[in-house]
Amino acid sequence: MREYESHLSKAFIIVFSLVCVAFFSVPLLWLLTAPFTPKTTLAVEIPANPTLENFRRVFDNSFAIRALFRNNLIIAGGAMLMVSTVATLASYGLSRTRLPGKNTLVYVLMLFSSVVGGTAAMVPLFLLAHNLHLIDTHLGVILVLTGGLLPAAIFMMRDFVESIPRSYEEAAIVYGASPLRIFCDIAFPLIRPGVAVVAIWTFVNAWGAFLIPVVMLRNPKNMPASVALYSFYSEAGTPIHTLVAAYAFLYGIPVLVLYLLVNWRFGFRFFGGIKS
Amino acid sequence: MAKILLEHVTKRFGELIAVNDVTLEVHDGEFVALLGPSGCGKTTTLRLIAGLEVPNAGRIQIGEREVTHLPPRERDVAMVFQDYALYPHMTLLDNIGYPLKVRGVGRREMVGRVTEVAQKLQIGDLLQRRPAQVSGGQQQRASVARALVHQAQVFLFDEPLSNLDAKLRLEARAFLKHLQREVGVTAVYVTHDQAEAMALADRIVVMNYGKIMQIGDPLQVYSRPANTFVASFMGNPPMNLLPCRVDLAAGKIIFDDDYMLDIAAHRERWSAAISNGPQFTLGIRPEHISISPTQLPGTIPSQVYAVQPLGGEWLVVTQVGRELVSVRLFQDEAPPLAETVWLRFDLARTFLYGSDGELLQ
Ligand SMILES: Nc1ncnc2c1ncn2[C@@H]1O[C@H](COP(=O)(O)OP(=O)(O)O)[C@@H](O)[C@H]1O
Ligand SMILES: [Mg+2]
Repeated sequence: MREYESHLSKAFIIVFSLVCVAFFSVPLLWLLTAPFTPKTTLAVEIPANPTLENFRRVFDNSFAIRALFRNNLIIAGGAMLMVSTVATLASYGLSRTRLPGKNTLVYVLMLFSSVVGGTAAMVPLFLLAHNLHLIDTHLGVILVLTGGLLPAAIFMMRDFVESIPRSYEEAAIVYGASPLRIFCDIAFPLIRPGVAVVAIWTFVNAWGAFLIPVVMLRNPKNMPASVALYSFYSEAGTPIHTLVAAYAFLYGIPVLVLYLLVNWRFGFRFFGGIKS
Repeated sequence: MAKILLEHVTKRFGELIAVNDVTLEVHDGEFVALLGPSGCGKTTTLRLIAGLEVPNAGRIQIGEREVTHLPPRERDVAMVFQDYALYPHMTLLDNIGYPLKVRGVGRREMVGRVTEVAQKLQIGDLLQRRPAQVSGGQQQRASVARALVHQAQVFLFDEPLSNLDAKLRLEARAFLKHLQREVGVTAVYVTHDQAEAMALADRIVVMNYGKIMQIGDPLQVYSRPANTFVASFMGNPPMNLLPCRVDLAAGKIIFDDDYMLDIAAHRERWSAAISNGPQFTLGIRPEHISISPTQLPGTIPSQVYAVQPLGGEWLVVTQVGRELVSVRLFQDEAPPLAETVWLRFDLARTFLYGSDGELLQ
């Protein structure tokens, strides 16, 4: 009887998991099949005679291609560089100085970051950017995105920085190394996996940003892919599924490539180093 | 090489006084052990010398230079950390050579000097490995090697053997002693293990609650503890400490009212320092008590509590009144196991401590 019950609960768990998997994977499957189908609906079907015609039509749309392969790379790459550099230095500095109330500072920043990135601050941010002549520039978008992502990035980096034993740096100090040298030789190599995590996280967030670019940018030539996606809607405002799918397919590739690249180059490796 | 001088050095962490008015001179080429229980301020003292902490009061001198407010890099010290602090992402070669790299020594010369030191420490063929790929003992040697290539005036060791298992620890101890004799550096060595301090040091500094309890050469500290703290810390098993009263006129030391020691023959030795009083502590090492199966003049009765063979010697714990008294017998045959035995104290080797715990006489 017991055994029967445990089998039953196991079966239930498996069925439940399968439903969950299906729920989340069907849209992804659609994204994989739809771009290669001549005429698609919202159903997932293996295309009978796969075609690249959709991609050809997407590449004909120079506005969308420019948005994806230039504007998006500039915005997401810029935000990634900015956030990971500043977050790394800031978290290291915060962790290694005796600053009263530094924990509160990080939490307050976290709280405000949801405002900076959110809808509520759009008007003041717009005015600020306007006065700084940053409207319709990628730099403006990058700065606003950085402002929104930075606190959470610092928060993530802190754990990596705090996990470096102080004695590593103290040994280097005793042997005469300068703070910059200690950071480059010892701290940075050890928190590199953390920097990689923050970099990818920032890239993905900035890559998909929609609201901030729409508000901050004027010229259609500067718009990122999330906005350019609408150029695959018909005059009547309904999406052309095949083209939207093909474009979304291309849209997703750089994130995947970046993940694989960073994982291969920097590695989410773990060094066991210290005796305790 | 250089001497180290600490004068009235005090370090506070908030309310806590980690190092309390410490005055200490380490001579040129001397190997001094800082010994004391965990949390007594040994590491903090070492970090003060290294410059990783700044004292709240007092001054520190290395060689002829005052260094109290100098940063670590200007003090010319080398430090071996308790966790070795080897960089996990560098090979042993780069780890050991790091002080040279910082100083701008060329790669070629660096490799040469590291190889030379590493060979001396028998880790010469492990230089291409990462710290995680060598044993604890080898990590410890690498960390000593890094301190050696630095060629500093002063060596600081913070419990370098405490992460090794017992057998390796003995080996590493012999190795450090050998190294010290060969290199002859001025060294301060922190440990909580009294046997390690005895084995290695030219002089021992016993600390408790941030204060120096006694400074002296190992045998002096062992055979003549300046207070009950040192007496209870040195030796394994430590000295027996028995609360007692002294009646000088009668020439007696009295424990627990019933048990008396006749000190008439030693009256002169003790009368200078003490007067009749209620509160003393008698200290005697376990090896200075002998056991007799029968009552003899000058012995006191005791109950056998536990007998432990230690190989070539025996540790007999007996009970005198409410106190336990350890007796160490150097003999092969088993000691008498009767319920009651009689103890004879070697009175010439007993110590009397006052109510403040300080040695009298
Ligand atoms: N950075 C610090 N902040 C606060 N208290 C500290 C700090 N470093 C040490 N202490 C305290 O000072 C006392 C002495 O510490 P330490 O010198 O490390 O002792 P030991 O090395 O003898 O075990 C301990 O009570 C410890 O908790
Ligand atoms: Mg310590």
